[in-house]
Amino acid sequence: MNGYNFAYLDEQTKRMIRRALLKAVAIPGYQVPFGGREMPMPYGWGTGGMQLTASILGADDVLKVIDQGADDTTNAVSIRAFFERVAGVETTTATAAADVIQTRHRIPETPLEPGQILVFQVPIPEPLRFIEPSEQETRLMHALEEYGVMHVKLYEDIARYGHIATTYAYPVKVDGRYVTDPSPIPKFDNPKLHMSDALMLFGAGREKRLYAIPPHTRVESLDFEDHPFEIQAWDEHCALCGSDHSFLDEVITDDVGSRMFVCSDTDYCLLRRGEVA
Amino acid sequence: MYVAVKGGEQAIANAHRLLADRRRGERDQAELDVAQIAGQLRLSVDRVMSEASLYDPELAALALKQASGDLIEAVFLLRAYRTTLPRLAVSEPLDTGSMRIERRISATYKDIPGGQILGPTYDYTHRLLDFLQLAEGEVPTPARAEEALEACPQILDLLNDEGLIEQERDDGSEPYDITRDPPDFPVDRATRLQMLARGDEGYLLALGYSTQRGYGRNHPFAGEIRLGQVDIEIHVEEWDEVICIGEIALSECQMVNQFGGSREAAPQFTRGYGLAFGHNERKTMAMALVDRALRAEELGESVTSPAQQAEFVLAHADNVESSGFVSHLKLPHYVDFQSELELLRRLRKAHEAQRSRAGDPQQKRENVSEEAKATERASKGVHHERL
Repeated sequence: MNGYNFAYLDEQTKRMIRRALLKAVAIPGYQVPFGGREMPMPYGWGTGGMQLTASILGADDVLKVIDQGADDTTNAVSIRAFFERVAGVETTTATAAADVIQTRHRIPETPLEPGQILVFQVPIPEPLRFIEPSEQETRLMHALEEYGVMHVKLYEDIARYGHIATTYAYPVKVDGRYVTDPSPIPKFDNPKLHMSDALMLFGAGREKRLYAIPPHTRVESLDFEDHPFEIQAWDEHCALCGSDHSFLDEVITDDVGSRMFVCSDTDYCLLRRGEVA
Repeated sequence: MYVAVKGGEQAIANAHRLLADRRRGERDQAELDVAQIAGQLRLSVDRVMSEASLYDPELAALALKQASGDLIEAVFLLRAYRTTLPRLAVSEPLDTGSMRIERRISATYKDIPGGQILGPTYDYTHRLLDFLQLAEGEVPTPARAEEALEACPQILDLLNDEGLIEQERDDGSEPYDITRDPPDFPVDRATRLQMLARGDEGYLLALGYSTQRGYGRNHPFAGEIRLGQVDIEIHVEEWDEVICIGEIALSECQMVNQFGGSREAAPQFTRGYGLAFGHNERKTMAMALVDRALRAEELGESVTSPAQQAEFVLAHADNVESSGFVSHLKLPHYVDFQSELELLRRLRKAHEAQRSRAGDPQQKRENVSEEAKATERASKGVHHERL
C-alpha cells in the first residue's frame, strides 16, 4: 500500500519483535516485554496478535484470521482486510491451507500441522493478574516459581462451587516451568496446546508482552489429583454438520427461547458438510 | 431456521459510509475546513497533540474533523499516524526559561521579575453564554506591543538562591523512551513524566484533585505557570553545531509543595512538574500534582492513596489504551460466554439437587419427583446439560 511498509510495521520494528519472539520460543511460556507500537486499530481488538503477524508474515504466506472460531465475524473480517491491504498476501478460510492463522478465543478443530503458526490475540497476558494486580510482584513470583496462590485460587473455587469455576483462559504450566495464560480460549481447547505440531505465538499489544509455546512442548492445565482437569461437553450435536466432538455455540433462534447448537469453528463445520471446494 | 451471520464485510463498508454521511452533517451547511479547526478550536487541537505526543496542529485538526470532534478518537488517529514516522533526530533539551512568553503567572509572589502576564485566559471570564456569538459579531483586534516580551526567569530559580527548594539536576543519563520500550515497573521519574505527559487530561485531573481532597495531600502552590513559544534545537553532527529548526507552543507548570527533609538534609520545598504541547494549562497543573504525588516513596512519605501508587496511576493513564480495552467489550465473546453458561447451568443444577437433599422427608419426596420431572422435561427439550 502506498506510503506504508509491507505489512504496515517498519522493518526495524519487525526486527525488534522477531528478536523478542526468538527469546519467547527459547523460554516457553515466559512473557517477554517488547516495544509494542500503536496499530491503526484499537488496543484490545487484536493489536498484539497483529504486530506478531505483521512481523512473521512473508509475501508468499497464506493468512487465515478467525474470531470465536469463525472467519466471518466482523473483527476477523476487518483484520483480514487490513493484511490484504497492507501486505497484499493471499488469505484463506481453510485451516489446512493457511501458513499463519491469527486467532481470538479459539484453536481450530482441524489439527494443525508442522510448519503452521497460530498467533493468539491476548488481552491480559499475566495469569496471576487477578490474584496480584502489581506487575512488579507478579514478575517476581514467576522468577521464584511461586505459584501456590494459583492453586489456592482453584481450590477456593472447588470449596465454594464444587468445581473449578474457570471456564476460559484456564491457566496452564508450560514445559514444567512457567504458569501461562493461554489467552481466553475455552478450556475445551487447552488439550490442543499440549505437544502441538504447530508453533503457537501469543501477542498482547496493550500490555506489551509476547510469549510462545514451541511445537512439541508439554502443556499441562493446572488441576488436583482428586479434581482432574476436564473439558466442556455437550449432549447436543452440531445442528448443521452433526459433529459430536467440536465446541458448540448456542444460538437463540426465536423469541420464545428455542435454541440450537452449531460448531463455533465455521471452516470445520463447512468442511464436514462437504461445502468447501 | 438459523442462518449463519454472514456479510460482515458488507456491513462494515455500509457502516463506514453512514459514518461519513453523519460526519458531514446537513449538506446545506458549509463543510468545516481543517484550517478553521486549527485556528478556532485550538484548545481541542492542543489537547489532541499532547495526548497523541505529536506536535502538528494541521494533522491534529484533521484528526478532530475526521473524528467528528471526539477527542479520544482524534488522539488515537494521530497516535496511530505518529507510530509510522521515522525518527530523524533527537532535539536538545528544551529551555523553557527562554520561552517567548504569552502568559505567565505565579501564585506564590505578588510581583515577580518580568511581571504577571495574564495572556489569553478563560480564568476571569464570567461564564455567561455570549449570545452575540450566535450571530456573526466582529471581534476587535487586540492592541500590539512594540516589541516581544523579554525572556523572564523561572520563579523557582529565585527560591534556589536561598536553598529553599530542592534542585533538579541533569545527571546526564539517557532517558528511557516510552514510545520504543515497554514500561518496566518500577519506573524512574523521567519515565513517569513521559507517561503523564501523554496521559488523559480528565484522568489526571481527577487524580490531582483527589490529592487536594486528602488522598495523598501534598500542599501545592502554583509556583509558576507559563505558556509561550520555545525553540527546538538539534545538534547537526556534520557541522558540529546546534541549530534551531523551529518553535513550538508549550505550557509548563511548576508546583511548589510542602517540605521534604530528613535528619541529614534541611527541610526544603519540593516540586511537581507538568509540561504539555500548546495551551494546556489544566493538564499541566493536574500533571504536576500527580507527579508530586508519585514521588511519595522517594521523599519518604507513606504511600496510602491511589494517586501515589505508580503502577496503578501510570498503567491506566493512556486513553488510547483504556478506550481500546473498554471498547473491545463490543467484540463477540460468544465462546467464552458459552463456556460460562455451561458452567453456570451445571452449578445451578448441583445447587438445586443439594437443596432438595437438605429438605424434610416429605419435602424431599416432592422435590425428588419435581427433579425427576425436570429431568424428563429437559431430556425432551431442545437442550440440557451433562453433569
